[in-house]
This record gives sequence, C-alpha cells and structure tokens, in this order.
Amino acid sequence: MDALKKEITAKSQKYRAYEVTTVFIGGGTPSIVKPQWIKELMELLSVCFTIAEDAEISMEMNPGTVAEESLAIYKAAGINRLSIGLQSAKDEELALLGRIHSFEEFLSAYTSARSMGFFNINVDLMSALPGQSLTSYRESLERVLSLSPPPEHISAYSLIVEEGTPFYDAYEKGELMLPSEEEERLMYEETEKMLREHGFYRYEISNYAKKGYECKHNVGYWRRENYVGFGLGAASMVENVRFSGETDLEAYLANPLKEAEETALSLEEQMEEFMFLGLRLIRGVEESTFCELFGKSVEEVYGEVLDKHVKNGLLCRTDGRIYLSHRGIDVSNYVMSDFLLS
Amino acid sequence: MAVVDQSKIRNFCIVAHIDHGKSTLADRIIEKTGLLTSREMQAQVLDNMELERERGITIKAQSVRTVYRAKDGEEYIFNLIDTPGHVDFNYEVSRSLAACDGAILVVDAAQGIEAQTLANVYLALDHDLDVFPVINKIDLPSADPDRVKDEIEDVIGIEAQDAPLISAKNGIGIEDVLEAIVEKIPAPKGDPEAPLQALIFDSVYDPYKGVIIFCRIMEGTVKKGTPIRMMATGAVEDVVEVGYFGAGQFIPCEELSAGMVGYITASIKNVKDTAVGDTVTDNSRPCAEPLPGYKKVQSMVYCGMYPADGAKYPDLRDALEKLQLNDASLFYEPETSIALGFGFRCGFLGLLHLEIIQERLEREYNLDLVTTAPGVVYKVYKTNGEVIELTNPSNLPDPSEIDYMEEPIVSAEIMVTKDFIGSIMELCQERRGVYLGMEYIEENRALLKYDLPLNEIIYDFFDALKSRSKGYASFDYDIKGYELSKLVKLDILINKEEVDALSFIVHADSAYERGRRMCEKLKDEIPRHLFEIPIQAAVGGKVIARETVRAMRKDVLAKCYGGDITRKKKLLEKQKEGKKRMRQVGNVEIPQKAFMSVLKLDDKK
Repeated sequence: MDALKKEITAKSQKYRAYEVTTVFIGGGTPSIVKPQWIKELMELLSVCFTIAEDAEISMEMNPGTVAEESLAIYKAAGINRLSIGLQSAKDEELALLGRIHSFEEFLSAYTSARSMGFFNINVDLMSALPGQSLTSYRESLERVLSLSPPPEHISAYSLIVEEGTPFYDAYEKGELMLPSEEEERLMYEETEKMLREHGFYRYEISNYAKKGYECKHNVGYWRRENYVGFGLGAASMVENVRFSGETDLEAYLANPLKEAEETALSLEEQMEEFMFLGLRLIRGVEESTFCELFGKSVEEVYGEVLDKHVKNGLLCRTDGRIYLSHRGIDVSNYVMSDFLLS
Repeated sequence: MAVVDQSKIRNFCIVAHIDHGKSTLADRIIEKTGLLTSREMQAQVLDNMELERERGITIKAQSVRTVYRAKDGEEYIFNLIDTPGHVDFNYEVSRSLAACDGAILVVDAAQGIEAQTLANVYLALDHDLDVFPVINKIDLPSADPDRVKDEIEDVIGIEAQDAPLISAKNGIGIEDVLEAIVEKIPAPKGDPEAPLQALIFDSVYDPYKGVIIFCRIMEGTVKKGTPIRMMATGAVEDVVEVGYFGAGQFIPCEELSAGMVGYITASIKNVKDTAVGDTVTDNSRPCAEPLPGYKKVQSMVYCGMYPADGAKYPDLRDALEKLQLNDASLFYEPETSIALGFGFRCGFLGLLHLEIIQERLEREYNLDLVTTAPGVVYKVYKTNGEVIELTNPSNLPDPSEIDYMEEPIVSAEIMVTKDFIGSIMELCQERRGVYLGMEYIEENRALLKYDLPLNEIIYDFFDALKSRSKGYASFDYDIKGYELSKLVKLDILINKEEVDALSFIVHADSAYERGRRMCEKLKDEIPRHLFEIPIQAAVGGKVIARETVRAMRKDVLAKCYGGDITRKKKLLEKQKEGKKRMRQVGNVEIPQKAFMSVLKLDDKK
C-alpha cells in the first residue's frame, strides 16, 4: 500500500492538467485488502487528481471476500459501481474452476450491495466451463437475471484456455471436461438471446448492459482514450504512448517509481489500434473519426481489407460506420488481424 | 622440380561403409606422414564442408598428397583420393576409383561387412585395384577381428589374415597401414613422353582461378601453357597452373607427369566443361582415344523448388546458378505452378543429393523453400509414337494419349541380421519389390536381393529400413533400367480445385492408400477457414478418398482491457504472420509446410 501510494503521489504530478472521468480499481480481487485501504486510496486519488463530479468509479469484487461493513466503507469512499466476479451460479462449476466462493455467498454480497445503495452493478459470467452443460449455463443466466433487481451490466465471457496456464496443461492431458464446440456455440447464442429478452443490449463482444449503464471506463480502452495505471505491472496509455509498470513484486516494492519503457505509437500503429479496438464495440468505428484523427480516409488505408470482409459478410459498412457482422464477431481475430499494416 | 620417380608414388583410396572410420583413418594417414603440423589439422581434414561434417559423410571427392618416409629409408608420395560414400554418387565414386591403383578396405571390427562395403569393394575390384583390408575399431569391447577377417575372406575373397588391426580414432596400428600402402599398392605406370591422357575425377569452381580440374595423369605430361582439350565436352584452353593437393590447399608445381595426381587450372568458367570421367589431352598432340568409362551424368530424382516468398525467385535462381558452378550433376530449369508460383524443376542424383542441395540453399543462401514431392523420371510412350521423359507430374499427357508407361527399376542389395529378414522382406513386398534371392554371409546375416522401383525407395525407404530393422539393415542399389508399369497420376483437390504442386505419379495399386493418407495429412495441416473445405484425392477425375476441414466456428478474444492491448496486438500479429506463410489456392490458404509434410507418409513406425 505504501509503495502504491508513493507511486501515485509521484507519478500523478504529470497529469495535473487532466480531468479524470473514470476510476477502476481492479486487477484481481481488490476486495481482499482492508476496506480502509480502499478508502485511503480514494482519498489520495482525489488529492492527486482532478476527478470529475460525475465520474464512474468502479471496483472489482470477489463475492467470497466481502463483508457488509466493507461495502459501507467502499460506498463512503466514493465507489459507485461494483463488478462482481460470479462466473457461474453453480457451485460444482465454481469448484472445478478453483473459485473459493459459492452462489450463496454471492447472493448475500449482492443483496448487501443493493441495500447499501449501489445502483450500478456488473456481474461476470463464464460459459464453456469444465463440467458445464447448456442447461446448467442457462440456469446460471436465469439465476442472475431473476435477481431483484437484476444487475445493470453483465460481462459474459467464453472460457479460453490459454497456453502457459495450469488449465492448459490439464486441457492438453485431456483432463478438462470442456463442452464441445457445438455446445459452446449454443451457450454463446443463448447468452445473447436471453440477455436481449431481459432488456440488455450488447455493446461489446463480451459486454451487455441496460441502456446508459455501459462501463465508461472500459469503453475508454476501446476508444483509445488516455489512461494511467498504478500498481504491479499496470498498463497505461497517455497521448499515444504506451507503457507499463514493473511486473516483479519485489522490485516494485523496492522502487515503485521506476519509469517503465515507453512505446510511442506510430501513426500506423494508432490506426491499427483504432480499428482492432474499435471493432470490439458492436457499433464499431466512425469513418469520420478515423479521418479526423489520421488525416486520411479509412478507404485509403483499409479499402482492400474492408472490401474483402464486407464481401465475405464479416464486416458491415453503413452510415459512415464500420462494424463486425454477427458472424464477424465470432471470428473477430481473423478479421482484426487483417487491419495490421506492417 | 625434380622428376618424380614413378616407383615411389602410391595412388589409392579408402573404401568403407558409412561410419566405419574412413575419414578418421584418412586424417591419421595425413598426420603420420607429417606434412602438416597438428595445428593445421582440422578434426577431419578431408571433409572441409561444414555440411559434410555434420552428416558424417563425404559429399565431394577430395584428395591430398603427402610424403611418407618408409622403413626402407625411401620417401614415398601418397596421393590419397577421397571417394563419396553414398550410392547417389556411385558414378563419381567409380571415376575416383579409376584414378587409383589400389584401395584400402576399412571394415569395422564389430560390425563386419555391410551392404555398402560390398558395393564399394566390388566397384574397386571392377577397376582392377589391388585391395587390402584393415580392421578398424579393434579397441571396441565388441570387436571380433578374427570373425571379421574370416568374413572378408569368405564373402569378398581377398586375403585378410595379415590385415592391420587398428584404431583410427586412437591412432593404433597406423604405421602398419602406411607400410602396407608402400608394400601392397602397386606403383603407377604410364609414359611421361606419350601424348597427354588425364582422367578428370572431380572439379571445383574457384572465383579467381576458374574451374580447378582434379585429375590423374595416365600418360604424358602437362604443364603451364599446354593447350588442353576435354575430349567429351570439346572445351579447349591453355593451362594456367598445375599443382598438387596439400591438405586444404592447392600447391602449384612445374608439371604433372604420368602416374601423378594433381590439379590443372585453365581459366575455364564452368564445371560443365570439365565433366567427371572426361579425358584431358594435349590439343596440339592429342592421344588416340579417350579413357574408357565416361558417362554423362543423369538426374534420377526430380522435384519442384519454390521460394517461400515469391519475391525471392531471383535469389533462388542465383543460388542455384552458383551451386551448379560446383556441381555439374545438379540440374534445374524454371517452371511455374498455379499453387506455388515461379520456381524451378530440379534434378538430382538421388534423394540425398536433393537434401544436401536443399539444405545448402537454405543455410548458405538463407532461402526459405517449398519443395514438392520428389519423383523419378518416367518414360511415357504416347499412342502417336512419341516418347516423353516425364519429370513433372503436371506434364503428364491426357490418359487417352498414353499407350503405356515405364518406370526406373533398381537392383538392391540389403544386408540384414537374421531376426529382421522377415520384416525387411515385408517392406520390400510393400514397395513392389521383386525378390531375386538371399545368401547367408555368415550364420547370423543375410544378403537380400531385390529389384525395386526407384520411386518406391526415394521417399522414405531408408528410414523405414532403419526403423524396421532397429538400424541393423544396410542397403545399396544400382540402376537397372526401365520396366513397364501400371502408373497413374494422383491429383489432390482442395475445395474442388486441383493443386498442381501436390500431384504425383504412383502405381495404380497404391493409389488408394496414398491418396487416403495424403488427405488425412492435409486435413491436419490446413487450418480451418470460414467455410468447410473438402480435400479429395482423385485419379483420372475419379475421387478415391476424401476428408473435410470443418469450418471455423469461432476465433475471438473474450477479454481485451487496458492491460491486454499489447498482448492482443501480438496475437493478431502472429495470426497475420501465419497468413503470410500461406499459399492461396482458389479461396483456400494452404500453409507451406503442408506441401512438404505430405512427402513423409511413412506407414508403420
């Protein structure tokens, strides 16, 4: 905490001129630390930065680590949005996933949060989990949607087994009972359908919200707005320069002020990011914005790629917007990789 | 330079099975004859190409001249002529042997005679060389020199009881070998005053000197200024320099006369003009006739070679041109493939030769290559009487125009221990071999004789032989000739489009099996696309096997927040890089390695 405070105090000097519109306390389970620390953190931030009156201030929470008193402190500290990592409403699936919480614990945390006056809550859900079936996944969705009141925002991720994780090793050995590709697709389609029926609209590949409750902070990443990160290995982008902090805990604690290596993005790289990040949003990117930012038309830079993917039905291009089609979302990596220029 | 006394010259080579210690013995001979300090000694002086050292075989024949002071007090000149140790280079071996008067036969004290030993020793005896054996690796625990001596006498029929027992690696018994060279290898003959008659047994290209001809002077004398003529190719030039071979260097001298081995340079620009086996004579005073045995080298195995990056086509052309300067047996001509673009159809002496060239192109010239399945030369007899020598399956005429086809057949000798006779015979049957007979060389080992179609052994026969005999089988072959065969062209269709670079000629009876395996392999190699891709094998338009690459369902990164962006970009870059390495056929992207991996369809492992 001392290291973090030191880092924020020192590094914030540079950003005096900026107004902060969103704050996100995340990176795992910040709810595990003393709630008092969150309060101190928020106090420090409001001293070091100019935080807008109506700023969105989110915090991630693990449902197994939250007590009612803590929620009160968060609320008092200025947190106005909670993101709860439920993942599944099935305890068996949670156990297979190695999560420490139960659905029961989630329920009590959620209810407390509501009663404490949190009116903007996200719940994370995952599909394609080991041991999961279409029926059990549907039940998870139903349980979350029948909360009263239901969350304003739902992030629905499909499990991707990545190389280098313990999951991957188990997967390689055939020990994971993963749903088939067919089932996985059905779950995915079910997510969209059920959430739509319940008044959620999809605004990003994995994110659904009630109108007006999109996560402003995350949208900022996809629209390439400036952000500064603090803490171990935190990433930042300020004025088209990307940098990230020390990733070694010992080293970080010893010197939290170490300046990370910076990558100034070339115009080409900015264009690439503009496209592949912007296309994550369901509404896609505005051709006019591209033109304003880069002084070139999208057509000039990406005409060929756009034609190719409009033709094969993966991209749509209407009313000056470019966005992924329904099918395009499914294979978005395939489409986005074509937007790399070098 | 004083006239060399012919009786003090010994021209010889070493014949051995691979790994029996030929190069090591050569090193010891060079060392003991003392012309070199040990500092000059590379680990293996004769094999000076990097590639050769790694493969443990000698590709290009090289030679060395050393001086030995024998126990009789006289100084002898030893010309050790190195011979390539692989069946692909049999013709080059035969020319090197023709330059010698005798040969040392090296046999491993533990392993005894192998198929290649036999092939080489018979070749040496065919050239009337005096052969004496040495038994190497006598310090191995499993060494059994007495058994090996008996084997040499029984199988080859040469005296072996007083064969030097040596360990080339540890320098044991080398003196005995040197004395035996003086004693048992005859001095050369030939009249220094006769018209020049010299045998070319190798040549290398040097950017400064032009072609350097390696030759054995049979009759007459050659010196600077002699107008020489290559009798087969007709090339005429004046000699610029003559000399002999120091270890790893050329040492000029006044003249080379009958009985000597050395080199000639004459500002010749191309090794094609100095074909191995050709005779060099004095153009102003030519010999009556050339030396016997000259043969035009013919490519036995062909494949297409394409640059992975189409823009590197000129680089590939330049590299082939340079390699050919030193390797007259390498053939190439431009060709175009619908799938692979511009490239070359290349001809080789055999599969090893092919692999060596491929590796050199990749390593020395830094080229990334896509190679199509190697094939042999088929003879296509058309109904209109025309005969085509087919090197590229794509050029096969329409079946209605073909009367019949012939394929090259080899006579193969396989030496194998008793336990594996069954499995090796099975292998030969699978490869359409015709059994000719079997002899027991000793109680536990037999020599199997088969006629085999060349196209059945160029892919993976050697690997299969090794794996099915646990490494105990050895193999050698000779081209026998062409025979009538029921051959068909197997086409591969990817998403209904024929991929020319994947077509090959196969015997009608194995078409189904090969087609099926090709489809299976390609299914694994071709990534999923947005649509389903059928992979089919067809003969004459009729589909005989099919697999399907299912459509890509999803390819999406679920999360991408502030800390994931750099990683996400790397992922996309990797994906894009992958796309670049693809070849577009119709609307399917085929990875380049798919073209190569189908070369190895080995059956039983």
